[in-house]
Amino acid sequence: MNFETTIGLEVHVELKTKTKMFSPSPVTYGAEPNTSTNVIDFGFPGVLPTVNREAYRLGLMVALALHADITKYTHFDRKNYFYPDNPKAYQITQAEEPLATNGWLEIEVNGVKKKIGIEEMHVEEDAGKNTHGDDGYSYVDLNRQGTPLIEIVSKPDIASPDEAYAYLEQLRKTIQFTGASDVKMEEGSMRVDTNISISPIGSDKLGQKAELKNLNSFNHVRLGLAYEEKRQAQVIMAGGSVRPETRRFDEASGETILMRVKEGKDDYRYFPEPDLPAFEIEDDWINEIQSEIPEMPDKRRSRYINELGIPEYDAGVLTQTKEMSDFFEATIADGANAKLASNWLMGEVSAYLNANKLDLLATKLTPVNLSTMIKLIQDGTISSKIAKKVFQETIKNGSEPKAWVEQKGLVQESNPEVLTPIITGILDANEQSIIDFKNGKDRAVGYLIGQIMKQTHGQANPKVVNKILMAELNKR
Amino acid sequence: MISKNDVTHVANLARLSLSQDEIDRFTSQLDQIIAMEDELSHVETEGVKPTTHITDEVNVFRNDVVVNDGITREDLLSNVPETKDGLIKVPSIIDKGETDA
Amino acid sequence: MSLLDKDLETLHQELVAGDIKATDLVEQSLDTIEQRDPQLNAFITVNAQQALADAVALDEKGIKAEDKLAGIPIAYKDNIVTKNILTTAGSKILNNFEPVYDATVVEKLSQAGMINLGKTNMDEFAMGSSTESSYFKPTHNPWDLDRVPGGSSGGSAAAVAAGEVFAALGSDTGGSIRQPSAYNGIFGIKPTYGRVSRWGLIAFGSSFDQIGVMTKRVKDSAYILTAMSGKDAKDSTSSKQEVPDFTKFVGQDIKGLRVAVPDEFFGDGIDEEVKTQVEKGLKVLEDLGAVIDHVQLPYTKYAVPAYYVLASSEASSNLQRFDGIRYGYRAEDVKNLEDVYIKSRSEGFGSEVKRRIMLGTFALSAGFYDAYFNKAAKVRTLIKQDYERVLADHDLIVGPTSPDTAFKIGAIVSDPLKLYYKDILTISSNMAGVPSASVPAGFDSKGLPVGMQMVAKRFDEGTIFKAAAAFEAATKYYEVKPSFKGGAR
Repeated sequence: MNFETTIGLEVHVELKTKTKMFSPSPVTYGAEPNTSTNVIDFGFPGVLPTVNREAYRLGLMVALALHADITKYTHFDRKNYFYPDNPKAYQITQAEEPLATNGWLEIEVNGVKKKIGIEEMHVEEDAGKNTHGDDGYSYVDLNRQGTPLIEIVSKPDIASPDEAYAYLEQLRKTIQFTGASDVKMEEGSMRVDTNISISPIGSDKLGQKAELKNLNSFNHVRLGLAYEEKRQAQVIMAGGSVRPETRRFDEASGETILMRVKEGKDDYRYFPEPDLPAFEIEDDWINEIQSEIPEMPDKRRSRYINELGIPEYDAGVLTQTKEMSDFFEATIADGANAKLASNWLMGEVSAYLNANKLDLLATKLTPVNLSTMIKLIQDGTISSKIAKKVFQETIKNGSEPKAWVEQKGLVQESNPEVLTPIITGILDANEQSIIDFKNGKDRAVGYLIGQIMKQTHGQANPKVVNKILMAELNKR
Repeated sequence: MISKNDVTHVANLARLSLSQDEIDRFTSQLDQIIAMEDELSHVETEGVKPTTHITDEVNVFRNDVVVNDGITREDLLSNVPETKDGLIKVPSIIDKGETDA
Repeated sequence: MSLLDKDLETLHQELVAGDIKATDLVEQSLDTIEQRDPQLNAFITVNAQQALADAVALDEKGIKAEDKLAGIPIAYKDNIVTKNILTTAGSKILNNFEPVYDATVVEKLSQAGMINLGKTNMDEFAMGSSTESSYFKPTHNPWDLDRVPGGSSGGSAAAVAAGEVFAALGSDTGGSIRQPSAYNGIFGIKPTYGRVSRWGLIAFGSSFDQIGVMTKRVKDSAYILTAMSGKDAKDSTSSKQEVPDFTKFVGQDIKGLRVAVPDEFFGDGIDEEVKTQVEKGLKVLEDLGAVIDHVQLPYTKYAVPAYYVLASSEASSNLQRFDGIRYGYRAEDVKNLEDVYIKSRSEGFGSEVKRRIMLGTFALSAGFYDAYFNKAAKVRTLIKQDYERVLADHDLIVGPTSPDTAFKIGAIVSDPLKLYYKDILTISSNMAGVPSASVPAGFDSKGLPVGMQMVAKRFDEGTIFKAAAAFEAATKYYEVKPSFKGGAR
């Protein structure tokens, strides 16, 4: 029997705001326990929520970037459940009238493009953190309580683990470009829950879903789903049936492991949040936000390929993050050659960032400095070799390349009137090399250039040196 | 008619435990009250929109600015029965599974 | 005569002139509490030391002519949070709870110089009409100590009627200010939903709850309501509507005032003596120039069922935070988290609260939402439209506040449904969010006070103050003092 796979992804993304979704306490990362909290986050008797406009705006921006229909008349709802990290015993969310519906993303797997639908997305508050101790107690930190989230629910269009991976990557990139979130799984600002079912090919009925949780990276999502695909097929082939269960991915074994079997549906008793008046989202606001959305990565990528002649792969790398792409564009806007700029960002810059585990914006490198350095190479002021030194100085200490090159005397010597006497002097001192050259031994040229470079402390322009040397050799 | 099973189910959802006596009493009382509420089914509400907010306000937002109300973590924790190192201490969870975001 | 029998303007003039001091008022209040409260049980917490200290500080600073409310003793219902002062909502589950912040109303009135004498008794979480469901003790009615003061703001009403305090705040979700005001022969107003911030009010039914004020005299409430109203950034449902000086309406004549009298408010189940008193009251309004018109509010008969579905649903969610984890009562002998939840809640909540939580949980639970919650919310729309229609061409709706006068303690505590129907005349105002007050309208043959209810358009509390003050000036029922009869002394 052959099966087809249906995958659903529920992605929670933290929206980048200064304050919480429903309270004016600060959103922080790594603060002392319960210090980024207030009476609202603690769910004290008598407190009331207030809606963070910026969180809603960022939610709308994400929705627009995902081509979704914005819900004009909306309200918040309460989702009721007891848990220590959920102080009110209800979460304020949007259940009945979500922020937006019916969006989509385009993915590409093995050169095939596919549109993946997005069912709905809504804004809500995050829960606190509950840590289980070894002493029979749990410990609750409410710092994260109330952090604004957007939840994005895919349509059952994803048909393979690779497509799921591509969808997540595309979603991450798109949101990253809006600036609405850092979208970093390792920091928890992006979290992925999945469900997967298989059914015989051609069947019009979806199979029983299993949920997969606690996934730490896109790669774990892919590996976990691939394992589940196989496991479910084996279960069915062996005459069994897939149970409605929640499983987790075990990194060490590469397998999924049962967490619990779901019995019946949870009853969250949703109802409209009476403490928050309803919303009528104005068209003007939507238009304003739409106009603020930066050009998306796919558009930039094809522009780099078609208009700037950047190779496809490089264009893809340059558009991984908005920071990198913006940096690239600012560098060429300052006059640097696009291909050189691309090469530098893909090469030296990326190597530096990886080696030092830094984000681009955390270094002292500026687009103007990078472009200045590239222009110095282009006009022959410095050699590529010297440029590497200049680069290290600029990215570490933020030195202005031109001034630093001049101060350190690193300017390349290209003047024939200076170089010719040096070259003839070296030829005079190396008769054997001239003989070797005449006898067709190319090595001799390399030796001579080495001598010239030694004498000029590496500052002679190699192109000019080569030209003069050949002319002088031919004269002899 | 509400049954004792319904009453027990609802009590579970609300994290209340009822004695046998209370179950009997609540079942009969809730049954009466719900019968009274069932009068609502006589009202024609075709096309009527539900009223869930009675305020005239709409689009009430707060600006994204941190407000320091001067209430410290110690104040916030002052009513907590048990704390440890600034954390709220609670007896362990018999894990029923998911913590929903 | 007690100092606290005078009206606010008189007290204020005497304070400014230095004839009396704030300390005198606070001492008068504390003396009366000491004398009366052992029988009344109107207070859960008496804030004696702090009140005296505040009065001394105020006297030292001096009271200026513009500080109208400075030095006046007030009490707060115990579901209004007060920083560092025990706040219980009448429940065991909060029997040790000391809030770390003040409700907006407390902040505003303290700012105006009012002195907090303490926290008044109430039905547990404001669920009740008799103050008998308080975990701590039942409050007694000063007009007959064997009777209930009404509820849920029974402590506030009894304290004001007995002269223990000049004014008290209450909360009103389905009549909890107006019905006890009626039972105690005082004036009490539930303002328009959104008029007063709910920040710091321990929620019962969030889309119904409103804080209001209770005093013996109409104008005194007008002063206090003016000071405590207005938009609060912390309460998104609070209104941006401008707050007029409500005292300006006091003294205006009511010639031509269009008064609607709903037939439904004089139907079966309304005590004949209550009807008679309110009809007399209507005659007084007519004599003062009001035009009486009989109207129908056909959907009000569904107000009780719709209200019990909706308010209980909201309550079931609002009361989930009382879980023994961050504050309040935590059961002992708990082995795991589920124990903490279930034992703390089962031991911490009383029967009436459990009943409403169960009702609300049921109405919201899977499979029942549409038939109960959503249906009731639609009926609410119809009730609201009833009111809008009648108030479109009337200034005021007038009828009895309560179907009867104060009943005996213990008389109907075992019959929740009968108790629920005590709210039949008051809950529609909460359903529609309109302002509504109870005005003293004389006494029945047992000498128990009867209240007359006045309902106005949204944000038109002014018309209520105008009509209530005119009625008060013509009837002077406030001159009759409670007898404190009955009770095992």
